[in-house]
Amino acid sequence: MEQTLLQLNQLSKSYGRLKAVDQLTITLKKGNVYGLLGPNGSGKSTTLGMVLNVVNPTSGSFQWYQGALDTHQALKQIGAIIERPNFYPYMTALQNLNLICKIKQCSTDSIQEKLELVGLWERRHSKFRTYSLGMKQRLAIAAALVNDPELLILDEPTNGLDPEGIHQIRALITKIAEEGTTILLASHLLDEVEKVCNQVIVLKNGVKYYEGPVDGITQTYGYFELKAKNLEALESFLKEIDEVETVEKNTNGLKAVLNAPLASEELSEKLAKAQIFVTHLAKKKPSLEDQFLSLTQNQ
Amino acid sequence: MRLLSIELFKIWHNKTSRVLILGYFLLIFSIAILSTINVEFGPIKFNLAEQGIFNFPYIWHFNTFVIALLKIFFAIIIVAMIGNEYSYKTLKQNLIDGLSKSEFLRSKIYAIVAFVTLSTLLVFVINLILGGIYSDYNEFQIIFSDLEYLLAYAIKLFGFFTFCLFLAILIKRSAFALGFLALWQVFEGIAYGLMRWKLSDFIPVLSAEQVIKFFPLQAIGNLIKEPFTRLSAIQNIADQIGEGFTKDYGISILNIIIVLVWSGLFIWGSYGLLKRRDL
Repeated sequence: MEQTLLQLNQLSKSYGRLKAVDQLTITLKKGNVYGLLGPNGSGKSTTLGMVLNVVNPTSGSFQWYQGALDTHQALKQIGAIIERPNFYPYMTALQNLNLICKIKQCSTDSIQEKLELVGLWERRHSKFRTYSLGMKQRLAIAAALVNDPELLILDEPTNGLDPEGIHQIRALITKIAEEGTTILLASHLLDEVEKVCNQVIVLKNGVKYYEGPVDGITQTYGYFELKAKNLEALESFLKEIDEVETVEKNTNGLKAVLNAPLASEELSEKLAKAQIFVTHLAKKKPSLEDQFLSLTQNQ
Repeated sequence: MRLLSIELFKIWHNKTSRVLILGYFLLIFSIAILSTINVEFGPIKFNLAEQGIFNFPYIWHFNTFVIALLKIFFAIIIVAMIGNEYSYKTLKQNLIDGLSKSEFLRSKIYAIVAFVTLSTLLVFVINLILGGIYSDYNEFQIIFSDLEYLLAYAIKLFGFFTFCLFLAILIKRSAFALGFLALWQVFEGIAYGLMRWKLSDFIPVLSAEQVIKFFPLQAIGNLIKEPFTRLSAIQNIADQIGEGFTKDYGISILNIIIVLVWSGLFIWGSYGLLKRRDL
């Protein structure tokens, strides 16, 4: 059985009357890559802050390692980056990492390896304050990995970076995920989550909307994109098919949304029988973004 | 030891703190320079060292009082280091990395205790050396009498530093915390003035002195009373002009207890603040 790393029970945080996180129950198991999704202000950072011992919960509880370790002991086993990289600007990269090893009570042997991984070994003797934002962010990743964590928590790791920086960080995250580290990635950038995560948790206004595999956010059978010379005939024909829920017209042609499984060749066969020949037929799955929007808007 | 080494690592790698600490210890040594001061005041000429400031056991009183004035150096470091932890958000990062809030506070307190211990030892050694050179009395019993001034010195520093620690955590900004410290000094002065003026009208049995000695800075200041009027030269002058001093220069146990209670409150308050606040 997969080991439970973190369990949240009815965890809540209120700021005055505002409920930032409302009765959140989540289980994180070893070996998965989780995406924590939600628009700005949906309670992602507050949730992470609570399990990372910097925000006091209003009610509810959480347990690390099924209660085997105190929160602060458990945090020594994991790695976390939240929002901005926080280091001592007057210390060099190497000194900062040495200090973190003292705090985490881990060996300093892997410092070189991790700095090389993020491409900062050459700059190890430079003071942190001389680093660019991208370098700071990469140092934060090295710092989070220095204890070879079982769980890596990343909160908006690409915030404020230029496209090249974003690409570097994503490549790093993918690499780390491939090595089998459990990751919890909080982001409002959906494609980011879609690319690396296999499980998602969707939050809105502090409430959990969904928890499960990426594909299963909404019950969806996908949709067809179709084009034909005689669009009217095509449209009226599509509306007759049982599996088609709705047909929409847009600039590229027609979009037929399904309410039951229907394969491309089946549809193609039906169309041929009806003497309708299409210039374009493609079956598509809705993107995570579409699913996310429909999920948070419907409810 | 791990907690102490974490804090020392933070202090030592900060250039400003390093300079201040080294400067502090150099200044302690420079008290020896006092011995070379020759005061020329009209017809009155004297050498400070020869006026008995380095006589045992008076030296314990004099040097602990003077050197304690330098405590502001380390106070600045404490306040600045905590201000940094907030402004760099490294306190948050430390907690995320697995330091507990009590460990964070303890690492600061251990650094304070280490500093106070080192400073007290240094004062002890310097006094033995200076006293050994200049003191008129060198009997064993006299040398090691009045050692309670060293204890008072250590408690005075500890009390003051825990006050600074509390203010720094309360206010989070180093400059404002130091400003508040100065303001508090003024406040105690005003409170004392008001009490002298009005207190006896309301509660006749209490005098302002009795109340003010429970205030933190006043209590810390009272631990070692000013030693200057105890100098025989000054006593003589005072006697001549008919203004004899009768003052108790001793260390009061009550005073020590007051300061220790304040220290306890400051540490407890600091922990409460750390625990309650979200970061």
